[in-house]
Amino acid sequence: MELHDKTVHELCDMLDNNETTSVELTKACFNRIKDVEDKVQAFITITEDAALKQAEETDKKRKNGEVLGILHGIPMAIKDNMCTEGILTTCGSKMLSNFVPPYTSTAVNKLNTAGCILLGKTNMDEFAMGSSTENSYFKKTKNPWDLNRVPGGSSGGSAAAVAACEAPFSLGSDTGGSIRQPAHYCGVVGMKPTYGSVSRYGLVAFASSLDQIGPFTKDVHDMALILSTITGHDPKDSTSYPREYPDFTKALNQDVRGMKIALPKEFFGKGINEEVKSAVMNVAKKYESMGAKVEEVSMPMSDYALPVYYLIACAEASSNLARYDGIRFGYRAQDVESLDDLYKKTRSEGFGDEVKRRIILGTYALSSGYYDAYYKKAQQVRTLIKKEFDDVYKNYDMILTPTGPTVAFEFGQNSDNPLEMYMNDICTVPINIAGVPAMSMNCGFDSKGMPIGMQLVGKHFDEFNILKLAHAMEKELGLNNKSKL
Amino acid sequence: MAYNDYEIVMGLETHVELKTNTKIYCNCTTDFGGDPNTHCCPVCIGLPGTLPVLNEKVVEFAIRAGLATNCEIQEYSKQDRKNYFYPDLPKAYQISQFDLPLCYEGKVDIIVDGVKKDIGITRIHIEEDAGKLLHESIPGSLVDYNRGGVPLIEIVSEPDLRSSDEVKVYLEKIKTMLKYIDVSDCKMQEGSLRCDVNISVRKHGETKFGTRTELKNMNSFAYIIKAIGYESKRQIDFIEAGGTIVQETRRWDEVHGVTESMRGKEEAHDYRYFPDPDLMPIVTTKEKIKNIKDTLPELPEAKKERYIGQFGLTPYDANLIADYKNVAEFFETSIDGIKTPKTVANMIIGDIYSRFDTEEEKEDFNIPVSPSQFNELVKVIESGMISNSIGKKVLEEMWETGKAPMQIIEEKGLKQMDNQDELREIVRKVLAANPQAVEEYKGGKEKAFMSLVGGVMKETKGKANPQMVNDVMKEELK
Repeated sequence: MELHDKTVHELCDMLDNNETTSVELTKACFNRIKDVEDKVQAFITITEDAALKQAEETDKKRKNGEVLGILHGIPMAIKDNMCTEGILTTCGSKMLSNFVPPYTSTAVNKLNTAGCILLGKTNMDEFAMGSSTENSYFKKTKNPWDLNRVPGGSSGGSAAAVAACEAPFSLGSDTGGSIRQPAHYCGVVGMKPTYGSVSRYGLVAFASSLDQIGPFTKDVHDMALILSTITGHDPKDSTSYPREYPDFTKALNQDVRGMKIALPKEFFGKGINEEVKSAVMNVAKKYESMGAKVEEVSMPMSDYALPVYYLIACAEASSNLARYDGIRFGYRAQDVESLDDLYKKTRSEGFGDEVKRRIILGTYALSSGYYDAYYKKAQQVRTLIKKEFDDVYKNYDMILTPTGPTVAFEFGQNSDNPLEMYMNDICTVPINIAGVPAMSMNCGFDSKGMPIGMQLVGKHFDEFNILKLAHAMEKELGLNNKSKL
Repeated sequence: MAYNDYEIVMGLETHVELKTNTKIYCNCTTDFGGDPNTHCCPVCIGLPGTLPVLNEKVVEFAIRAGLATNCEIQEYSKQDRKNYFYPDLPKAYQISQFDLPLCYEGKVDIIVDGVKKDIGITRIHIEEDAGKLLHESIPGSLVDYNRGGVPLIEIVSEPDLRSSDEVKVYLEKIKTMLKYIDVSDCKMQEGSLRCDVNISVRKHGETKFGTRTELKNMNSFAYIIKAIGYESKRQIDFIEAGGTIVQETRRWDEVHGVTESMRGKEEAHDYRYFPDPDLMPIVTTKEKIKNIKDTLPELPEAKKERYIGQFGLTPYDANLIADYKNVAEFFETSIDGIKTPKTVANMIIGDIYSRFDTEEEKEDFNIPVSPSQFNELVKVIESGMISNSIGKKVLEEMWETGKAPMQIIEEKGLKQMDNQDELREIVRKVLAANPQAVEEYKGGKEKAFMSLVGGVMKETKGKANPQMVNDVMKEELK
């Protein structure tokens, strides 16, 4: 096995035992990137010079006995909607194609402080709006398992980079499934932590009440390591929750006997592919045989999750994206006649179709005369959806569902019909609405060899039990999660 | 047609910058001025990914203002986004408050022409200020975000105001109060107090309000008065000519002395208010409100009444002192142990105010005489050691040199002469030198007596105890 194939925890051990260096690791990643990036197209920006320089410094520090943290010297990739000081941060948009932030987001900062090395910024659907990464202004990222298929989205670049072993781990963001769905499509582990557990400071906002940063990793152990590093209260984010977070690696190798798992039948119903369904049901049976209690429940409110999601997310987006007006930063249209003209041309030329569609939808939902019927109603239903989750958690420790209705689809398959594209989010969206944590992990393959993800959905701030159940299942299944790329 | 047939109905929206050290959602300074865009950071220029964090002081200051204007305080309040595009608004939305303002249902009373009247306060909410557009120096416009994110409160009054006099008194009252409770400098020339006037007219006796127009963003009392005068006449003329007033936003054009339409109702913004998902609700406990209440100073109104009742000041003098926080403080410190606080008030108003050229100096009251020295001076006068007029001279000397009054009195030998024998000597001398005045006095001319006393005072360089001079003089003239 080559260096780039290894997991973060394996690399950490090697570094600790002086079996490799950060420079060696970083070079291995860039070599891998050189080999496969032409096919995968996971990155928008590659920061090779800075990374190698940083790796050298990291090695020097280690030599001097100064180890910054468990991840000291580990390379990483970051979704291009997290601000990185002095490094282009585009959000996959023409609008920010020239934007170099003067500051670094808190989550990335925490990883920098822990000694991680930034390899580059990954491709994404423009402003994180999409389920296939086809909405990027820059390029189309391919699924490493089948280059004719999408990697999922919106964090497609971050998922593909890990699946293609270009980076040992990466960060993505998840507003309605943008980490879990690409993790499912690319056969990697992807977690959307509890809303409020990872600071959003420096994450370019799509929908503020739903956005959450989370990691992509090759296995559950790595997920526990990265999660332990990025969670925590941030005084710069008022929605970040002040509490202590556990050492998540303690969740590994634990007994799952006696845990109660709910299977909501609405997540296994219409539109869910049979092969996907049976892979997840297989997991349910295995949990039972491991001593967990698995029962079917009903969560009827989840039927309303998709419309609620699109109203709230688009309403917030219409306001969050209003600042891209060509005045202070980013793209500015030329040859304008007036201020109004500057606004109109800049926004018409700078945004892609999907972004415009959602801004229009959100503006409408907030408009005077429509607010009560749309935005306010959606917020009321949101409360009911949250309550439904709370009710399930009165009797169960965990909810198990498929991550998405199908495996990765082929390019162009859904791009003509936005509504069908939105259906890909049907299993992931309710989780963002409720604010609870959820993780997708590979649990098998379909007949064509495409990975299938299962989703574990925990109580608020109970990432610990998600990792516990996931790690047990990972060991039980013993799948080979490596794409043939 | 008679303008007198009409009544003007007005409500005010007063925007006041709070004098917190830092901005409402970031740690940038709120200092006025500075080179353009030097009081800014990623948060207050709205860079992608930045988030607001509420400055708790802003909530405290707004609640102070609410309590001072007899408002109810919302225990569960929230912040909303007001969405519109303009280059001075970096995020293209202003964080403000829509349906749950921090303070609501208050009132302040004003006195105009001796008549007291309550003006209802609909609400007070917190919000962020915008930047400033600069149209000079280059073709096109520049924008300075130094002011962006400076905390504001907006005080919305009920449509209870009926004349520009009432508006002026109301605004002065608000200004005095906010300075008193130390939440704002209210410097109109720096734009830290600006107001919008909602104005309509109707015939006397009419119970329904007329259609209103809104006069935007005025930051001088003089402009406000002129704009109200112009706009009310314009509306009356228009109605009398058979027209119907349309609801619109107008601006005061100082150069031409007219109001002009900015935008009509159709072009009015749909602000699409919704709760800001980046901020948590503002929860204020009863206990916190009480704590804030306990730190509020005695307000000018209460002070005035106390000065009149407890110290025997005239309402006029009480106003002149209580209206200025620093003066009132000085007054109250310097009357300690004084039998006649009125003397102190007279000296402040007569001898100290006369040294000031501007209202600002009065407000600052940054004088070289300390309250304890002033107190000592008044005590010396009360004891009869020096006369009032010598007192003025001593004060002057204190002002120039910063020396204590007793030191000055001793150094300059200003102690009052109250040795009766000594005085009698001098009186006799004066009488002998002015036989004509003595004659006149004896002939019934009271004035002559005063000139004889004056002679004694001149002889003693003003140090003679005036009462004693009077008594001795009368004895000698018998």
